[in-house]
Amino acid sequence: MNALDIIQLIVSSSLIYAAPLILTALGGTFSERSGVVNIGLEGIMVMGAFMSAVFNIQFASAFGGWTPWMGLIAGGFIGILFSIIHAVATINLRADHIISGTVINLAAPAIGVFLTRAIFGAAQTGPLPESFGRTSIFLLDRIPIIGPIFFENTSGPAYFGIVLAVIAWFVLFKTRFGLRLRSVGEHPHAAETLGIKVYAMKYSGVLISGLLGGMGGAIQAQAISNEFGILTIAGQGFIAMAAMIFGKWNPLGVMGAAIFFGFAQSLARIGTYIPIIQDIPSIWLLVMPYLLTILVLVGVIGRAESPAKLGVTYIKSR
Amino acid sequence: MPMSQSVIEMNGITKEFGTFKANDNIHLELNKGEIHALLGENGAGKSTLMNILSGLLEPTSGEIKVNGNNVKISSPDVANELGIGMVHQHFMLVDKFTVTENIMLGREKSKFGYIDKKSAEKEIKELSDHYGLKVEPSAKVENITVGMQQRVEILKTLYRGANILIFDEPTGVLTPQEIEELMSIMKQLVSEGKSIILITHKLDEIKQVADRCTVIRRGKSIDTVDVADTSQQELADMMVGRSVTFKVEKKPSNPKETVLKIDNLIVKETRGYDAVKSVNLEVRAGEVLGIAGVDGNGQSELIQAITGLTKVSAGSIQLAGTDITNKKPRKITEVGLGHIPEDRQKYGLILPMTLEENISLQTYYQKPFSNHGFLNYKEIKMHAKRLIEEFDVRTISEEHTAASLSGGNQQKAIIAREVDRDPALLIAAQPTRGLDVGAIEYIHKRLIELRDNGKAVLLMSYELDEVMNVSDRIAVMYDGKIIAIVNADETNESELGLLMAGVPLAEAKKKSDEKGKEKDAVDSTT
Repeated sequence: MNALDIIQLIVSSSLIYAAPLILTALGGTFSERSGVVNIGLEGIMVMGAFMSAVFNIQFASAFGGWTPWMGLIAGGFIGILFSIIHAVATINLRADHIISGTVINLAAPAIGVFLTRAIFGAAQTGPLPESFGRTSIFLLDRIPIIGPIFFENTSGPAYFGIVLAVIAWFVLFKTRFGLRLRSVGEHPHAAETLGIKVYAMKYSGVLISGLLGGMGGAIQAQAISNEFGILTIAGQGFIAMAAMIFGKWNPLGVMGAAIFFGFAQSLARIGTYIPIIQDIPSIWLLVMPYLLTILVLVGVIGRAESPAKLGVTYIKSR
Repeated sequence: MPMSQSVIEMNGITKEFGTFKANDNIHLELNKGEIHALLGENGAGKSTLMNILSGLLEPTSGEIKVNGNNVKISSPDVANELGIGMVHQHFMLVDKFTVTENIMLGREKSKFGYIDKKSAEKEIKELSDHYGLKVEPSAKVENITVGMQQRVEILKTLYRGANILIFDEPTGVLTPQEIEELMSIMKQLVSEGKSIILITHKLDEIKQVADRCTVIRRGKSIDTVDVADTSQQELADMMVGRSVTFKVEKKPSNPKETVLKIDNLIVKETRGYDAVKSVNLEVRAGEVLGIAGVDGNGQSELIQAITGLTKVSAGSIQLAGTDITNKKPRKITEVGLGHIPEDRQKYGLILPMTLEENISLQTYYQKPFSNHGFLNYKEIKMHAKRLIEEFDVRTISEEHTAASLSGGNQQKAIIAREVDRDPALLIAAQPTRGLDVGAIEYIHKRLIELRDNGKAVLLMSYELDEVMNVSDRIAVMYDGKIIAIVNADETNESELGLLMAGVPLAEAKKKSDEKGKEKDAVDSTT
């Protein structure tokens, strides 16, 4: 393999592994910007992965190559449904955000595997008929050097995520909705005195996190594991949260952090092709993303400034 | 001249929280172009009434008329639409947003959701020029002064087209100069046809700007009076429901030996720069030394250093002859320090714990409250009961939580705990912050009593009146240094105000003398 091939391999596999993280981390950003901690993202990803796998198997013949993208929508839909539980619990019922999220994280894999057994008679769905595979991006892939590295045989969902990150940045920092959402995470009482509907804003944040978290799970199932089982989502939701913190709740930073963690996850898969690290035992490469998550959070967490009223239940006066 | 036109009429307003009546059949009428003061003790129901007017609370019963029409103010939006705007006591500002973002929030100019910041900035500029409310539109709120933050709050209401402005205790956090500025802004606002409700328990401010004053006591409206025809004493008596004294009665001080001696003290602030810069200070037995200064000039750090709550970088502190530099708080306490902390709810009390537990916080580990590590609740309870009685802490019982007490009674509990240990030095930081006349009177009496019993008292306060009334000597802190120490009976408010702004003593004396002469001249011509 020559250098260009190696770089191409590193970039494309980093992006493939980054795609689910980008979407989920962006989702988390919306939720936390509104002041609601959503550690239930892990569970929401599980449900999104499950739903998309079932959808993929059932409708592959009807939608053909578009199946994974339709599965993405299905995953996002179930993500929204699950996030409603979190929204009701934390916003209306004033539950502790961590507890509610943990409930979702405990319940989702159980529900997913139970239903998988009920439908398929086994703990896994078996291979999915249509996966995202690799795509080349029209026109851009013809640019010399850059084209082959970034835009040839690469991950479609990752670029979807990157575009989404730019949109998310614009929405959060340039629009009325974004300003109001952030104000609710910073000082809900002030927002209320200015006539902003605090609960509605928090619901928006949490439901967007459900949508994007569910989609993240769907990408994981349909682009990486190509099936649904108990191990399909193994900590990606938490890694996405780490990316969100590392990216300082700014969609562009979050995207960058997610790509970094995607790179860490891809190492185990491609390590044997890369000259410098091919002698490292694979167990270390498998551990790498989790280890990096811890290191990054230890290094960053004191300095990262979260929204001021993150995790604090807002009680309306009256 | 026609009868003044009423813009707001609140009739028979009652608001119940469970069985507690926060407002009980209150009547309030605001005329166009007047500054109407709303006076009452803490917990009298002023804020509740104003939250009803600004749409944050719904009254249990009663009617509200705006410009003669019956209205139902069901949300802050409705209040906005009716032209009612509130300048909150605890500023309702998002620290991390810019001034512009804070002002336009909720009323953003946008195209398809995209915010048009430029035109908002322009409009804010026009408003701020027109009313002389100087702000920096692109600065973040966390980086601007408290005075400017308040101007942002005022601009917020004007940006929404408010004609009726409610100021909720607006001067508590301001310097004397900033207060002067605010007063003239308020006068300008009413001269432009706006109407103002001023919530306060500071009588001199009412006398200075208000036209009429409605007094509220325990949720009931007592009376509405013309300010010009009513003395401060009458207002205070109406508010408290009995006769109160303002002037702290005290004999000349009789200072004895030095109790607290601070030499070349340097204290670093959390971000690493020097907050206290080479301070020398002595407090003697039998005197009250006041520390005056604008918030954030090193007073808090100085006190934290004396009490052992923060590390001293250089210099030394001696208490009653013992070196207490960088000693642990308990050790310092045992040497003979009593401390009424600046933030009573954060450092003074453990709010969810009972009153009896809070009262024994400094001594629980000693006999008879503790025996081989086991608490003796019988003794703790007896001790608490005695102090509650002695210091007149109003509570249902000593088993209620500290959180259930009113601010004044929380403070009394702290004072009871600290004074009962008979410390050689009592540090009182902002001891009457947010308290009403009755409670202030009580606390000041106690401090003087302590002084007369031969103890040393270090009083830190941002309230000039308090420092001047209670202290024997006054040290003014500016930029981490003590820039002057003056005798309380040889100084005046304008001299101290100038010192607090960093003007050197000689110059401050000169300027305040000139001002005094001008005033005399004006007085003699009228």
